[in-house]
Amino acid sequence: MSRLKAIAPAAALAALATPALADAISGPAAKQAINIPAIAMFVAFVLLTLGITYWAAKQTKSAAQFYSAGGGITGFQNGLAIAGDYMSAASFLGISGLVYTSGYDGLIYSVGFLVGWPIVTFLIAEPLRNLGKFTFADVASFRFGQAPIRVLAACGTLVVVAFYLIAQMVGAGKLIQLLFGLDYWIAVVIVGFLMIIYVTFGGMVATTWVQIIKAILLLAGASFMALMVLVKFGFSLDSLFKASIAIHPKKEAIMAPGGLVSNPISAVSLGLALMFGTAGLPHILMRFFTVADAKAARKSVFYATGFIGYFYILTFIIGFGAIALVATNPDYLTDAAKGLSAIRGGSNMAAIHLSDAVGGHLFLGFISAVAFATILAVVSGLTLSGASAVSHDLYATVIKGGKANEQDEIRVSKITTVVLGIIAIGLGIKFENSNVAFMVGLAFAIAASCNFPVLLMSLMWKGMTTKGAVIGGFLGLISAALGVVFSPAVWEAVLGNAKGSAPFPYSNPALFSMTIAFVGIWIFSKLDNSARAKLDREGFDPQFVRSQTGIGASGASAH
Amino acid sequence: MKSWEEIERNPKFVELVQARKSLGWTLSIITLIVYFGFILLIAFDPKLLGAKIGSGVMTLGMPVGLIVIIVTFLLVGIYVRKANATYDELTRQIVEESK
Repeated sequence: MSRLKAIAPAAALAALATPALADAISGPAAKQAINIPAIAMFVAFVLLTLGITYWAAKQTKSAAQFYSAGGGITGFQNGLAIAGDYMSAASFLGISGLVYTSGYDGLIYSVGFLVGWPIVTFLIAEPLRNLGKFTFADVASFRFGQAPIRVLAACGTLVVVAFYLIAQMVGAGKLIQLLFGLDYWIAVVIVGFLMIIYVTFGGMVATTWVQIIKAILLLAGASFMALMVLVKFGFSLDSLFKASIAIHPKKEAIMAPGGLVSNPISAVSLGLALMFGTAGLPHILMRFFTVADAKAARKSVFYATGFIGYFYILTFIIGFGAIALVATNPDYLTDAAKGLSAIRGGSNMAAIHLSDAVGGHLFLGFISAVAFATILAVVSGLTLSGASAVSHDLYATVIKGGKANEQDEIRVSKITTVVLGIIAIGLGIKFENSNVAFMVGLAFAIAASCNFPVLLMSLMWKGMTTKGAVIGGFLGLISAALGVVFSPAVWEAVLGNAKGSAPFPYSNPALFSMTIAFVGIWIFSKLDNSARAKLDREGFDPQFVRSQTGIGASGASAH
Repeated sequence: MKSWEEIERNPKFVELVQARKSLGWTLSIITLIVYFGFILLIAFDPKLLGAKIGSGVMTLGMPVGLIVIIVTFLLVGIYVRKANATYDELTRQIVEESK
């Protein structure tokens, strides 16, 4: 068996028979013959992570442990776990895939994903930790009417999680399809089931440990890939770029922005979404509660920023390496005459093919396994935050009025996980041909338009009321979701409407939907003269004292 | 246990709030300027980032992107260093005095 190219002739024919799908983003659904060393590595690794989950499950006793690992993770470990959350399919497969198809524009995503961090750290992390327990809804509901805020928070969280899950499912589905030669939909179903098992049995302790181990392996693997690319080009970035320009159909345009963000509004909108979306991501915010004290939480952010920044630089080199080394090798293409755009499995698989090109079969198996574990862990973290939005916010607080017992709460959380898993499978199949980094950009736009404005305003603005928060938040959520559905990438590419028919012309809605959310919160708070509004405003000062000192909070610092 | 009104009047509380506000917002504004400077360049003058530097094919956009990543890391570093040196001790004292 020589490399991935050892495909069965029938599969090759099948692949050639579907050239219509082969544009830059989507590759044809080529099935592969089986690559034994790669699969052996892969299975070993997946079993290892399941073993960790089993071990962790035995340690999970209370709800606090299930959600936040009991606050017993160190700063460095938590930094690795946060970095692990960030090094998702979107960043590893998606950004390297975007660089592969569009060159420089991939860097916009890297930088945007990263810069959300400082903002979260400087303005939101500390008050959140001082106030909160498990979800950002705890914070927003400190002084507001419990039920409406929690309903809003749960809706916002679930929509964000759903979009984010799509990206991960597509990444994992393509990977399994490529590696095992399965049909795409079967691959997605398998990923969905593994994910459900993972979360329902392990909880946060398991996902944290899987994130930590995976972050180390992925950093090592990506470093090796970037190093090998540089070795092949004599450590000269210039010769790497020269080779890429010579091969890429966009030629010198890959060295400058422009391919993806063709107009100023789309660029600014994407910039806003990437930066402020981070602050609204439920699974990231949860990580501030898994360490014992504020010092450790800050340190973990510092470590995480370093790891993530370094990793994003690597993905950029990997993307260019893939242009130079994958797009030139007919083994990785379904149709050598078509060159770069005919990559097997689509652009999301650029980094995976590159691992084979620079490190051979075993390394391919290693990187695939790490990428898969990555996706599984990110998906688990996401599902967990979606599940806690339902079990903690909707079930325990809204439906049971704060009187649910822990066992019931965990049970609801597990049922939600199963439902989310099934939804993710369906959406993953529908969105087969989307670039995963792009999809995450859309999830970020929604987070930036609902969770973030409500969170920021409730911490900073005394005048905000329950009514203002709920109306503004829902306006932001709905406008962002509509902007995403009606954008060309979803309306035309996924839902199959005619080209040019998309009602919303820009690739990212954040500029509009964030404005709508903030203005909505402001106007409807100002107009609110109810008795509730008076309570809301009076609650700001006590909330402020607690958010600064943690006095009176029973949350993160106590367990 | 003192009330929140009393805590709010504690000079150490005022000091903590001031320290947090000035450091947090200063660093946030620097981040916003650096990042949106980069985004606005992409939006309105992508040609500038595509300008060649040196003798090869390297463009200005490459080091600029790298610098944004490094600056982000350094800003977080400055924050963590300053915050870990002052906030927690102040908070501890406030909590102590509020008992």
